[in-house]
Amino acid sequence: MELCDLSALEISRLLRSRQVSALEVTDACLARIEAVDGSPGTLDGSQEKEEDARKIHAFISLIADDARARAREVDSQFAAGEDPGPLGGIPFTVKDIFCVKDTPSTAASRILANFVSPYTATPVERMLKAGGISLGKVNLDEFTYGSSNESSAFQPSTRNPWDTSRVPGGSSGGSAASVGAGEAFLSLGTDTAGSIRQPAAFCGVVGLKPTYGRVSRYGLIAFGSSLDCPGPVARCAADAALMMNAIAGADRHDSTAATVSVPDYLAGLDKDIKGMRIGLSPDYFRITFPDAQTGDYQEQDVPDEIKTAVFKAAEVYRAMGAEIIDNVPMPNTRYGIPAYFVISRVEAASNLHRFDGVKYGYRSQNQVNELKDLYRRSRGEGFGLQPKLRILMGMYVSAAQYSEQYYRRALRVRTLIRRDFEAAFDPQGKYRLDALLTPTTPTTAFPMKGVYGDSVLMQYADQLTVPANHSGSPGISFPGGFDAGGLPIGLQLLGPDFSEATLLKMTHAFEKATTDADWRKKRPAVLKGGTA
Amino acid sequence: MAEPQEDISPEVFDHLVQLAAMELDSSQAEYLRQELNKQLASIRELAAIQLDDALPMASHGVPYPPEHKPALRDDVWEACPEAEAITAQAPQFEDGYIIVPDIPHTTLE
Repeated sequence: MELCDLSALEISRLLRSRQVSALEVTDACLARIEAVDGSPGTLDGSQEKEEDARKIHAFISLIADDARARAREVDSQFAAGEDPGPLGGIPFTVKDIFCVKDTPSTAASRILANFVSPYTATPVERMLKAGGISLGKVNLDEFTYGSSNESSAFQPSTRNPWDTSRVPGGSSGGSAASVGAGEAFLSLGTDTAGSIRQPAAFCGVVGLKPTYGRVSRYGLIAFGSSLDCPGPVARCAADAALMMNAIAGADRHDSTAATVSVPDYLAGLDKDIKGMRIGLSPDYFRITFPDAQTGDYQEQDVPDEIKTAVFKAAEVYRAMGAEIIDNVPMPNTRYGIPAYFVISRVEAASNLHRFDGVKYGYRSQNQVNELKDLYRRSRGEGFGLQPKLRILMGMYVSAAQYSEQYYRRALRVRTLIRRDFEAAFDPQGKYRLDALLTPTTPTTAFPMKGVYGDSVLMQYADQLTVPANHSGSPGISFPGGFDAGGLPIGLQLLGPDFSEATLLKMTHAFEKATTDADWRKKRPAVLKGGTA
Repeated sequence: MAEPQEDISPEVFDHLVQLAAMELDSSQAEYLRQELNKQLASIRELAAIQLDDALPMASHGVPYPPEHKPALRDDVWEACPEAEAITAQAPQFEDGYIIVPDIPHTTLE
């Protein structure tokens, strides 16, 4: 095991006891990147070479020299007896949907490929202020629109470290792959329908979607403003807790960042979970999706090996003294995707109107006669297919004649979804849950090009994660074993508003209870050269 | 097998594209129109849900009681320290102005 394979907390202890230097740690990460990442995503990188298929391509922009310089600063602070902060000397990556001052901030889109941000997003600023070392920006689906990373304008798109013929999930695929492959200890991602949790599940890492408003969205290039949540991707719950301590809390730049006090997420990790109430819902063990040809709805159970992993985890929790509550109804789960198709598209269309070729970003170089032509050309050439699809859909379903039928109705359905969560977690209610235990995804990582292009089927990959975005509730995905093909299975815990500390504690408890399990000894295939 | 219902005809699609201010080539346009119709088919399920007339809309999931809302900042002018960094991002910027092509004048009726 190399330095970059330890946890962030273990590295922090080694740094503070001066057993290793921040430069050594950073160099270990850079060496891992050199070994497994391959060529970074670029706008003209669509012609993949044979060796590209065996690498993960997490990065868009690697800032190795800056990272080493920052590591030396941190080492100087340690040498002078100063505390560089709780993330002191820990290398991390940033999903390229966050603005970082004086660096390209692309949203993985041609329309922002030349944009250099004049300011830094609050969560990134807080990680840097806490002593963290940024290694650079990692890839994502264009503007976060996707569940596989394949829609990025920066190709090659990211691949799964456990099997490079598979997608890493999305949209925070670069974040999950970089952490899963040992390139970085932590990554800052975002979750609008599952975009932290689904790639975390696919890449065998921990991903926490905090409560909406727990982490500031200032400096996040917006997708769905009522749904977007920045959050940590890490290799274990304790590392995610360490990162939450740095990024959570109110922000004068974001009026939706709640002024709820921030607990010490590390302090309660080892507390007992005896007596905690964990629910299982049949509505999270089946998915409903429309037939591509007829539009008729089909219901399908999630695969047995995923179900089994959840039930085994429930038994682990029961053995630790938790109470397992069966048959918790979450009847509106199935409406999560249809409602999301409407709400997220309206918000995306609104947010994407700012890109016009005038103020910043891509401007068409073709001759135009007037301003409107400049808009049409710049947007037509700058946006990829997925942003275009979301703009058109958002405009259609929010048009005056359709708004009642679609947008306003979807917002009311969102109330129903929220009520499912309120009923499950009501301390005076029938179920009084501390958390709901579910699969994170209805499948493990699917093959590259296996779903991409079918925008409906791709969206249904988020069916078990999107309800928490509608309700604003926190959710965490963590590894729960592997399928027969050697791909990670993700387990999900959902909780009441601002219960991140509880979810982290429960995840940590599961990690401790399964620390000697055989499946914990598996290592990503990319470290051995590619496929599983 | 029945053909799926097409809500968005080529004419409706062209109108949407005009409103969205996006130039599309024909192959992109047909792919996008087909995907839009598939997505609309998948959200038709919403129409079948029985909704109580009193059911309110939720513009976001988490409630924001006053104690969770940050106080409004004082309405005081603050100079932007990054003005030059911001205008430097404009594709064409001269003498303090962002330059755009001609804006045809129209007379409102």
